[in-house]
Amino acid sequence: MSYYPHTDTERAEMLAAVGAKSIDELFADVPSRVRFPKLNLAGPLSELETLQELRGLSDANGHAQKRPFFLGAGAYNHFSPGLVNYLIQRGEFLTAYTPYQPEVSQGTLQTIFEYQSMICALTGMEAANASHYDGATALAEAVVMAYHHHREKRKKVVLSPAIHPHYRAVVRTYMQGLGLTIVGDEDPRASLDDLVRQVDANTALLAVQSPNFFGQIEPLDGLAAKVHAAGALLAVAVDPVSLGLLKPPGQYGADIVTGEGQPLGLPLSYGGPYLGFFATRKEYVRKMAGRLVGEAHDKNGRRGFVLTLSTREQHIKRDKATSNICTNQGLMAIAATIHLATLGKHGLRRVAELCWHKSHYAAQAIAEIPGYSVDVSQPFFKEFMVKCPKPVAALNDFLLNERGLVGGYDLGRDYPHLAGHMLIAVTEMNTRAEINDLVEALRAAA
Amino acid sequence: MLEPLIYDYSRPGRQGISLPEPDVPETALPADLLRTDLDLPEVDQLTVIRHYTRLSQLNFSIDTRMYPLGSCTMKYNPRLNEDTARLPGFALSHPMQDPDTAQGNLELMYQLQEWLKEIGGFAGVSLQPAAGAHGELTGVLMMRAYHRDRGDLKRTKVLIPNSAHGTNPATASMAGLEVVELPSDARGNIDLAALKAVCDDTVVGLMITNPNTLGLFEEHIEEVVQTVHACGGLIYGDGANMNAIVGVVRPGDLGFDVLHYNLHKTFSTPHGGGGPGSGPVGVSARLADFLPGPVVGLLEPGQGGRPPHYGFVTPPKSIGRMKSFWGNFGMLVRAYTYMRVHGASGLRGNSENAVLNANYLLSKLRAHYHIPYDRVCKHEFVMEGVWPEVPGVHALDISKRLMDYSFHPPTNYFPLIVHEALMIEPTETESRETLDVFADVLIKIAEEAHTQPELLQTAPHTAPIARLDEVSAAKQLVLCCRPIPAWAEAR
Amino acid sequence: MNFPTDLKYAKSDEWIRVEGDTATVGISDFAQNELSDVVYVDMPSVGDAFTAGQSFGSVESVKAASEIYLPVAGTVTAVNDALATKPELINQDPYGEGWIAKIKVTDAGALADLMAAAAYQAYCEERKH
Repeated sequence: MSYYPHTDTERAEMLAAVGAKSIDELFADVPSRVRFPKLNLAGPLSELETLQELRGLSDANGHAQKRPFFLGAGAYNHFSPGLVNYLIQRGEFLTAYTPYQPEVSQGTLQTIFEYQSMICALTGMEAANASHYDGATALAEAVVMAYHHHREKRKKVVLSPAIHPHYRAVVRTYMQGLGLTIVGDEDPRASLDDLVRQVDANTALLAVQSPNFFGQIEPLDGLAAKVHAAGALLAVAVDPVSLGLLKPPGQYGADIVTGEGQPLGLPLSYGGPYLGFFATRKEYVRKMAGRLVGEAHDKNGRRGFVLTLSTREQHIKRDKATSNICTNQGLMAIAATIHLATLGKHGLRRVAELCWHKSHYAAQAIAEIPGYSVDVSQPFFKEFMVKCPKPVAALNDFLLNERGLVGGYDLGRDYPHLAGHMLIAVTEMNTRAEINDLVEALRAAA
Repeated sequence: MLEPLIYDYSRPGRQGISLPEPDVPETALPADLLRTDLDLPEVDQLTVIRHYTRLSQLNFSIDTRMYPLGSCTMKYNPRLNEDTARLPGFALSHPMQDPDTAQGNLELMYQLQEWLKEIGGFAGVSLQPAAGAHGELTGVLMMRAYHRDRGDLKRTKVLIPNSAHGTNPATASMAGLEVVELPSDARGNIDLAALKAVCDDTVVGLMITNPNTLGLFEEHIEEVVQTVHACGGLIYGDGANMNAIVGVVRPGDLGFDVLHYNLHKTFSTPHGGGGPGSGPVGVSARLADFLPGPVVGLLEPGQGGRPPHYGFVTPPKSIGRMKSFWGNFGMLVRAYTYMRVHGASGLRGNSENAVLNANYLLSKLRAHYHIPYDRVCKHEFVMEGVWPEVPGVHALDISKRLMDYSFHPPTNYFPLIVHEALMIEPTETESRETLDVFADVLIKIAEEAHTQPELLQTAPHTAPIARLDEVSAAKQLVLCCRPIPAWAEAR
Repeated sequence: MNFPTDLKYAKSDEWIRVEGDTATVGISDFAQNELSDVVYVDMPSVGDAFTAGQSFGSVESVKAASEIYLPVAGTVTAVNDALATKPELINQDPYGEGWIAKIKVTDAGALADLMAAAAYQAYCEERKH
């Protein structure tokens, strides 16, 4: 099966119009040694059979609707109003190209402008781009931006060890050709004060995450001033849902705010497509990568929107561009915009409060189980660390196989000193009954 | 104003959705950490639906009209793909859940890796890259790592033809490498003599798009590959134009060492107004150990009624991780669906018809537009959007005038080596009737250019909005519709 | 098109006015015309030192970004702050109010390679489409 409309007769007539005797003739410039290989692929199948096969694969997975879910670690089970999924399947959003032709792309352009505005409002910043691939690549681009902001003269970046381990890994991958030294996370217990001590005249950026990978809200007060005193920039990665409740990084003086936008109405989808948001101060906007939508007017004075400051980008600056990003996560940004518009000021606050109350309820109950303790050294948002009496993998097997629950993340996988620690996420999706079941199951497993 | 901003509809106290009260005892909120205001709109649900529906209607889309955008492959995006990507086991599974509970996902990813290996003639594939440019960075970092692993530290140059996408040189710079631009010859190929002159032991490799951005298959591709390999360099293939050659030739068979696919071009996942894309990379045997990790491995083949067991494996010399999790998985489901429906015969049929459509259009337009490199094209071709006798009309004007006739403009002003370029890619899913109308419209516009140039210069006339003043937009930047917060003003 | 005779010109379309050991640098009338409306100028910082022919900033229109190269080696002593808010000065008065930077010349050697007005004018004519 294929989706092209050509009949054999039409193909013959079109070939005649072209002046070719056969289709093969159109490929005469392909070396005959390797032309028309026989491909060993499955199919073709009808749409019906394909759907059946895919259903089988889908059914082979556990997922967040099948059973209570307490796993987070960078991707979260949140509620998304049905209209988000409905609206992004409108063909005019779904099957549009990048809005390089503004006259026929105002739908995408205005929605992205609204997205930029909402991200600014959430983060307390002045300019946001149209998105990066995900939370990890957004942070990597923050490092790239800081490096170029200092005209490639500062060669050191300080990363908090409490940043998501995958984000730190991606930063290292991105930076391997640029000769930057990445420090800070060699000590997995390093505090913010320890990190600040490493910020010096050769440092381009200090990056932290709050709430951090452990769910803890970092004490950001006064941090920016210390970083700025050394002439470096401060980047803060955030969970956007936490900003329904918490003071935005802009208010703490952050220069760059990044984050994973998946909690804003995007399905878990086994890790993607997600949304990396990126915001900065207006004075740094020309150093920011990614597409930007700006307001403009036509000759009749009508307001519209265009892609602007394109001269920063690869298609114009080529080897002088600081990032190669082109395609981003456009439709995911549209989804996040619709999600935020629907939840609005009160809805996002309510979701954040539900996360706060439910996670604290769960943490208190788990702390009371003999053998378990909850880390309360710092305030946490929707995720918290539990020291367990048994290996986390064994506990999770018990939760899944005996109680039908999906437990938390095994922190020992990334932090050897946290072996036996489980990272538990509780969102508005978890009911009191589910939480009670988890508590009972952990008690039984001890 | 075409449509107010969502904030303009905001009225204090309105809500788009109701959410439950807490069903647990409340815990005091941390007073000193709370924000004082949250500047999001307050809008009812119907207003949200109407606002974004109306906005969508201001967009051009494949679902409404033909999109002849060169190098973008704006083909039909089958809706079956949307249905399969939304099956709950795919859409609601968590990237960090135990892989043993996600065997359906892993099987799908493993199969897709195998198929992409087969289609490109490669030894390994990573599905992590989120877009073509992301795949480029992955590939170039692997090339760099390969040389360094052998202790060959003096290779710093990446050769890039002057017809290349801007992402190619930008990628090389991001990887800390130096760009050497190669000229094209009179037939639109890489200039072989120039290539030979720069090939030495400082070359990391060549980045090549084949068919190139003129829509032409490199006539000396075997010699190009041999020349680069002979000096110890590697070949990077930009897979943006794979839609011409799936089932026709495998880049790996030509000697390519790495290539990124654009699942959002060749394999029909929707562009979504600028993403999400997906840019898996395929590599030759010598680069397989450098793939970003992890990839999906078959840990135990199925035996005697036991299903096969899949897991994540990190290649021994991996360049590292490129993305938070495993890739744009939802796009992988769509591409898998598309490949399963087509099979090998259907995919080859797509390439054949894409190339037939482009040559058919070219044959109709040749008499009316100058074709600077006129030979059998692949899935796209480039013509000049300017005539010496009407110097006041530009490719941009032709592009805008096409909107009045309900066609999207072609890619314009690219590739850079063609003056006033119009780059046309019809794709295989456009019917002959649509191509005929499109050609007739372009011929009519060529006439108008000579008789009523102002019609083009002031176009579009029927689009939702006229040409926008991009100069003022860039000088008086308005990137956000909300007031600057007080603390920012105070800085 | 204007080619003042008291200036020297580089192949990359910058002009330089040398007065003793200091000099003023900008882009030519031809260059501003090719770029069309300038919307942004990326300027160096005072104190930055450059060798002859080194990029010291860029001039941008909506569709193009053009690197600017220092015709002779020098250290930046002043930049034209007015361009931050009025980049159009480069279009309106490329040799006057549209100047980009003043430098202290550290090595005037490269001056000999620059063109006088007549030669530069001929060079511009050649490049017209």
